[in-house]
Amino acid sequence: MSESTVTRAEYVVLACAEIFSGAGEIMASPMSTSSTIGARLARLTTEPDLLITDGEALILEDTPAVGTKGPVEGWIPFRKVFDVVASGRRHVVMGANQLDRHGNQNLSAFGPLQQPTRQMFGVRGAPGNTINHATSYFVPKHSKRVFVDKVDVVCGVGYDQIDPENPAYKYLNIPRVVTNLGVFDFGGPGNTFRALSLHPGVTAEEVAENTSFEVAGLAEAGITRDPTAEELHLIRETLDPRNLRDREVSA
Amino acid sequence: MASKRDKTKSLDEVVGELRSGMTIGLGGWGSRRKPMAFVRAILRSDVKDLTVVTYGGPDLGLLCSAGKVKKAYYGFVSLDSAPFYDPWFAKARTAGEIEVREMDEGMVKCGLEAAAARLPFLPIRAGLGSDVRSFWGDELKTVTSPYPEADGRSETLIAMPALNLDASFVHLNLGDKHGNAAYNGVDPYFDDLYCMAAEKRYVSVERIVETEELVKSVPLQNLLLNRMMVDAVVEAPNGAHFTLAGESYGRDEKFQRHYAESAKTPESWQAFVDTFLSGSEEDYQAAVKKFADSSKAGEQAK
Repeated sequence: MSESTVTRAEYVVLACAEIFSGAGEIMASPMSTSSTIGARLARLTTEPDLLITDGEALILEDTPAVGTKGPVEGWIPFRKVFDVVASGRRHVVMGANQLDRHGNQNLSAFGPLQQPTRQMFGVRGAPGNTINHATSYFVPKHSKRVFVDKVDVVCGVGYDQIDPENPAYKYLNIPRVVTNLGVFDFGGPGNTFRALSLHPGVTAEEVAENTSFEVAGLAEAGITRDPTAEELHLIRETLDPRNLRDREVSA
Repeated sequence: MASKRDKTKSLDEVVGELRSGMTIGLGGWGSRRKPMAFVRAILRSDVKDLTVVTYGGPDLGLLCSAGKVKKAYYGFVSLDSAPFYDPWFAKARTAGEIEVREMDEGMVKCGLEAAAARLPFLPIRAGLGSDVRSFWGDELKTVTSPYPEADGRSETLIAMPALNLDASFVHLNLGDKHGNAAYNGVDPYFDDLYCMAAEKRYVSVERIVETEELVKSVPLQNLLLNRMMVDAVVEAPNGAHFTLAGESYGRDEKFQRHYAESAKTPESWQAFVDTFLSGSEEDYQAAVKKFADSSKAGEQAK
């Protein structure tokens, strides 16, 4: 397969895999299709010691295709997940209804706290995730509605919430934001949203037009690297033969 | 010879012990092994102004549909499958009908553990820096460690207050008439903690069996509840419907979709109430079976 045929969803999966580069022996907790394929791709290439689950209560021994089951190596019911969260040995990839330039995230509701205009999930595990261990985000449709100046409800904690006098905040770490347009982090001035690479075919203007705030390093951002032949094969044949990734990410 | 207490009761007898204004805990998780038969019994009663503590799903939705909830403590509310957001909880929220103390999922476990151990609070990191502080206001405070770090700074953490409950409702797969009970399947959820945090503890089970059969049927580790944790046992086959229940049954996705669709208009909800929620638990189960049969027939006709 030639590299020219690499789809946007495949670049996204690759970028999601790289979220886990160097993660070691921790629990990878991706919350969407593309980030799940990414975590499993990392496990099959450079990060074999990652722990992955079936999304319910079983730790998977092998690395099966998304949506399929495989042999099990352990048990992780919900209450034990909270023990793992508190231990810090985890990297979660959450979604976001809103994300601001300091990394505050909302998946709870829109509007006032006690009478929202639209109800979503509530804060879920976002406050505990972000204050305890590495938390990255995956946004399948990068837009101004998601990348806002101010989130309505702070669920995932952003860098500007840190109290420098209080060591309880010392584990806050948001390594990556992967979107359908590119790869970002919070390495801009004062821990602000920064472009690391744009996917092939994406322009800086497109990112700027779809983000409410200024994106640091946008002009200098490179291009997301191409997957290797092995990575492409693993994505297409082993991990996602039914091409579920295309349903989540369009070019 | 004196014998142990027989704690078997009916759904309506148990709910008869509830009072308006109580704080109740509902076990399970999202749309998983929820005590739905108990919830339906609460809908049949005139109990109201409840404060509910839960990992929310359609249990909270149904209580909201009947205006029974005054205040809710929860880590999330989810149907776990499309449309994911519970429509009745969403309505109660956007109408401002309930006061919420939304919190991180881990804070629910922490608050139940504090209550179970009769502690006023437990420290936890989760919640710091987030709008959980805003949801709770003065009801959620911090606590500073008396042990500083090596650099002399002390950690200030969330002081999660005990989630003390007047009553807890949980549904398990198998139990005896004394309150020993077991889950099967992959997850106990937090049902033991709900029982340990509550004054009155009510468990419904798929089937009541003799103690000997119970302990032979499951590994020791699945015996989640002992007699000290239970005040009444109700036999309620299919009592978690339409949520899933371990190895007993999966979620009734079709019916859950019907529930969520029916919430959309007053007319469709009235039809849902008339068909499913205006009689006894037996009437509900019969109507559910009819619903499954007719949707199967409908598919075959296509």
